[in-house]
Amino acid sequence: MTTANQNAVAKYKNNFLKEVEANVEDGHWVKMCMQCGVCAGSCPLGPHWEHSPQKIFMMIRAGKREEVLKSDSMWMCTSCYNCIVRCPRKLPITHIMHGLANYSHRLGLAPQGQPTREIAKLFWDNIVKTGRVNELTFSLAMYFKDGFGQGIKNAMAMQGIGLGLMKAKRLNPMEILGGHSCKDKSGIHKMLAKAREIEDRRKGLA
Amino acid sequence: MTASIATNQTILVVGGGIAGMTAALEAAECGKQVILAEKTPTLGGRTSLLYRYFPKMCHPTCGLEINLKRIRGNPNVRVMTMTEVAAVSGSRGDYTVTLKVKPRYVNENCTACGDCGKAVQAEIPNVANYGLDKVKAAYLPHGMAYPQRYVIDPSIVGTADGEAAKAACKVGAVDLGMQEETIEMKVGSVVWATGWHPYDAAKIQPYGYDRIPNVITSLEFERLADVRGPTGGKLLRPSDGKEAKNIAFIQCAGSRDENHLRHCSRICCMASLKQTQYVREACGDEGKSTVYYIDIRAIDRFEDFYANVYKDPNVSFVKSKVARIAVNEANGNPILHGVNTEGYHRYATEHDLVVLAVGMEPEVTGITLPDDLLLDSSNFILGSNTGGMFGAGSAAGPLDVNRAVQSATAASLKAIQVIHKTASTEASA
Repeated sequence: MTTANQNAVAKYKNNFLKEVEANVEDGHWVKMCMQCGVCAGSCPLGPHWEHSPQKIFMMIRAGKREEVLKSDSMWMCTSCYNCIVRCPRKLPITHIMHGLANYSHRLGLAPQGQPTREIAKLFWDNIVKTGRVNELTFSLAMYFKDGFGQGIKNAMAMQGIGLGLMKAKRLNPMEILGGHSCKDKSGIHKMLAKAREIEDRRKGLA
Repeated sequence: MTASIATNQTILVVGGGIAGMTAALEAAECGKQVILAEKTPTLGGRTSLLYRYFPKMCHPTCGLEINLKRIRGNPNVRVMTMTEVAAVSGSRGDYTVTLKVKPRYVNENCTACGDCGKAVQAEIPNVANYGLDKVKAAYLPHGMAYPQRYVIDPSIVGTADGEAAKAACKVGAVDLGMQEETIEMKVGSVVWATGWHPYDAAKIQPYGYDRIPNVITSLEFERLADVRGPTGGKLLRPSDGKEAKNIAFIQCAGSRDENHLRHCSRICCMASLKQTQYVREACGDEGKSTVYYIDIRAIDRFEDFYANVYKDPNVSFVKSKVARIAVNEANGNPILHGVNTEGYHRYATEHDLVVLAVGMEPEVTGITLPDDLLLDSSNFILGSNTGGMFGAGSAAGPLDVNRAVQSATAASLKAIQVIHKTASTEASA
């Protein structure tokens, strides 16, 4: 268990709803759910997750902290927004799912090796480095995330597309040397560090 | 019918449905002068288009007939059909109203013999059956219509059909030269009993009301069940005329939904519970009803009705707001997709027919009303700034027939109080 997690458990005791309201993006909406189930029925990933959104909301209210935060259900969200469009109470369900995923990640409870989480981490690391997405190094990082052998296989499988992109000048092979960057790289790093500091202080994650 | 002279001691009741009729009668029977203005050619409103009332399952002929008898016998009520309120100015005790009267093209001589209808060829959608069938363009609105007088649709005026109707009439009742009239009058108080209309089901995109023939509204289902309806009381589904035996009822179709109507329409749960018994009546034990619901809101004494339907082995309940409806192209059956929140089971269930329990939207939605009127966030009438106008029946809130009558009686009493004050001020002046 991380310290942040231990602190959160100590602070909110058995009131998981309060914890979600305080620390999860749009978490204050959770109590507005009336359990109609239209989000669950509307989700295109429906058959692939264990807990539907309205079930997660009920689990939060029932204090099922571990089950919710360790679940991979909210990581399945592809942001299609079907649930938000149909929710009769206008809950920002997609955003809550991402909020929960982010919170469980920050507490160190999110499932290890969950593909969405891994890609999100790679994307974050890539974009904060220069303030710009380096598509070449990001693709390579993705190919090689499951080991060198698998990386070569992935790269071979995708080489047609890669060459096509290069011909169309959508992919620059020189990006491998570090790539383009925003004007004030250190400024971006300072901003992100400050934002992280504020968020950590507010949510007790430091 | 005695023409009353409108003064500011007259009460104007807008809308001649069950609430408007009640409000008008209660005041008239207290000796007040009342003008009852109705937009359509007949009194009775949506109540007369129901097959049965809950909870006693009696037919609307009963309750309406009593009210019509009271109106016929009361010289204090002046009924004006095909009349709309165009403007209201003034304040409590002293309103000036402008009424627009549309031409009926048929005068008081009409005996409702039906000769004009036989002579006319053109047909128009039958409003009394929510457009499920057609009527001749010279028509009696429905069996219980009051006044019992034919109407000629403006579309045939000036055509050979119009002349044929005129020629067929033996009593000289057809007058194709009638024009729209504008009348201005003084009234002391206005009771708005403008009622409701079903929420436009086509706006609930995932339910496909506009593209799946076997998805209908609860109001259309009332007409299917009625012996005087388009199918003679048989539950025949629109796509192929096959008898529907496995019927789904979807609750909160438009109600309790921030994307549609934010309020709970209150009547729809009871209406669907009632309609499951139509299925039983029409198909016996072969008729299966499934109610998809968020919560069943059978308020106060209706709980017994719910308990009895719940015991019916042919009625099942699924706690779920249906996510979307697809179609089985092979047989035209709608397929309901969603998740049952009791156990979180995913379902894809086929039914013969789907009935959307559509919500009640105030009839005045989208209409410019006098500044004096106060509306709530769903456009139901709360009252007026100066306290001289009142909402009654389902114009004031989503109400069933019984509660609409109670609400109308209350509104009538408030209007009488305004008139009394007006009268005493005039006497002392």
